[in-house]
Amino acid sequence: MCVTCGCSDDNGKITYPQKSEAVAVESHRHEHYHTHTLPDGTAIAHSHNHEKVDDASLHAKIHNTTISLEQEILAKNDLIAAQNRGWFKGRNILALNLMSSPGSGKTTLLTRTINDLKNKLPISVIEGDQETINDAKKIEATGCKVVQINTGTGCHLDALMVEKGLQKLNPNLDSVVAIENVGNLVCPALFDLGEQAKVVILSITEGEDKPIKYPHIFRASNIMIITKIDLLPYLQFDVEKCIEYARKVNSDIQIFIVSAITGEGLDDWYRWLEMQVKN
Amino acid sequence: MHELGITQNIVSIVVEHANGKKVQRVVLEIGKLSAIMPDAIEFCFDICSQGTVLEKAKLEIIEIPGLAVCRQCGTEIPLEKPFGKCNCGSLQLDLIAGEELKIKEIEVEELCV
Repeated sequence: MCVTCGCSDDNGKITYPQKSEAVAVESHRHEHYHTHTLPDGTAIAHSHNHEKVDDASLHAKIHNTTISLEQEILAKNDLIAAQNRGWFKGRNILALNLMSSPGSGKTTLLTRTINDLKNKLPISVIEGDQETINDAKKIEATGCKVVQINTGTGCHLDALMVEKGLQKLNPNLDSVVAIENVGNLVCPALFDLGEQAKVVILSITEGEDKPIKYPHIFRASNIMIITKIDLLPYLQFDVEKCIEYARKVNSDIQIFIVSAITGEGLDDWYRWLEMQVKN
Repeated sequence: MHELGITQNIVSIVVEHANGKKVQRVVLEIGKLSAIMPDAIEFCFDICSQGTVLEKAKLEIIEIPGLAVCRQCGTEIPLEKPFGKCNCGSLQLDLIAGEELKIKEIEVEELCV
């Protein structure tokens, strides 16, 4: 029996009295008309035939509506990142997203850069770490503006955190904002912060094959800085091979090779920074 | 690790579009080169959807294979990793597919009895 109208499942018969012959009729050929009210108040009427409707639950299923969203999952982040990018552009601020594994020497490179460029180029810093304000304190000792963002369990900074950080930081016009991301070579690659360039930092204590081990972040980056080059005599790190791997993953990546302790290679890095702000 | 945050995003976007209706099915498009693991999304989905209109919804993930085009010769090259080499020798490949991270569609329940 049809649960919608109660009619019989068996095909009906019509008998013609004159000829006494029975003709089979598919009783379920008839249709059910009914109406729905949509959320916006419009009423729509439609019908079902019986061919596919066997029970009430199936009937309910037929009324599931598929909504095509085609929505980017990171759309909200990307929108805020775009706002940040405009904010930086309007103030001629070079925003850099510094990413690396923990312990690559991001903070050491940053403090050295800030000190060396003190009279030429103001730099302020957004520090991202899961916990502690240790790095912010190290940066603060240089005398520059700094805010610390603790992500707690979060493994990366996102555009909203940077937006909030910027309100507190209040960086100078024509300056550099260095955003030191949480030490992690995986997740930060996915999240646009509104930076002008992504900078991935690789220390030579880590092994030259990092670019092909973590290709996403090296592919997403504009700049790679190889740090701790002063340790080269003590380690088996093949600089050429590392560069080859990095270019394999990202043929456009620009590379600096530096030591924040001896100062080797820093001039090229500084020149690049100054050029970017002048432009 | 970031899949949890991504899944929370998915749930909140779907809740927004579902308008309080029960969600039966969510279809995602995830590129194979997007650095997102579908298994981890599925694992997080059950947890993140609890107590929302998405609870017990069916999650379907369409994985989009990686595809790049060579900047030198224009050949299209299927990719398993986010980098590769064209037959012409060039390493300059622009990814044209495989980085998707999208909610394609959702199916919501509309009872009519």
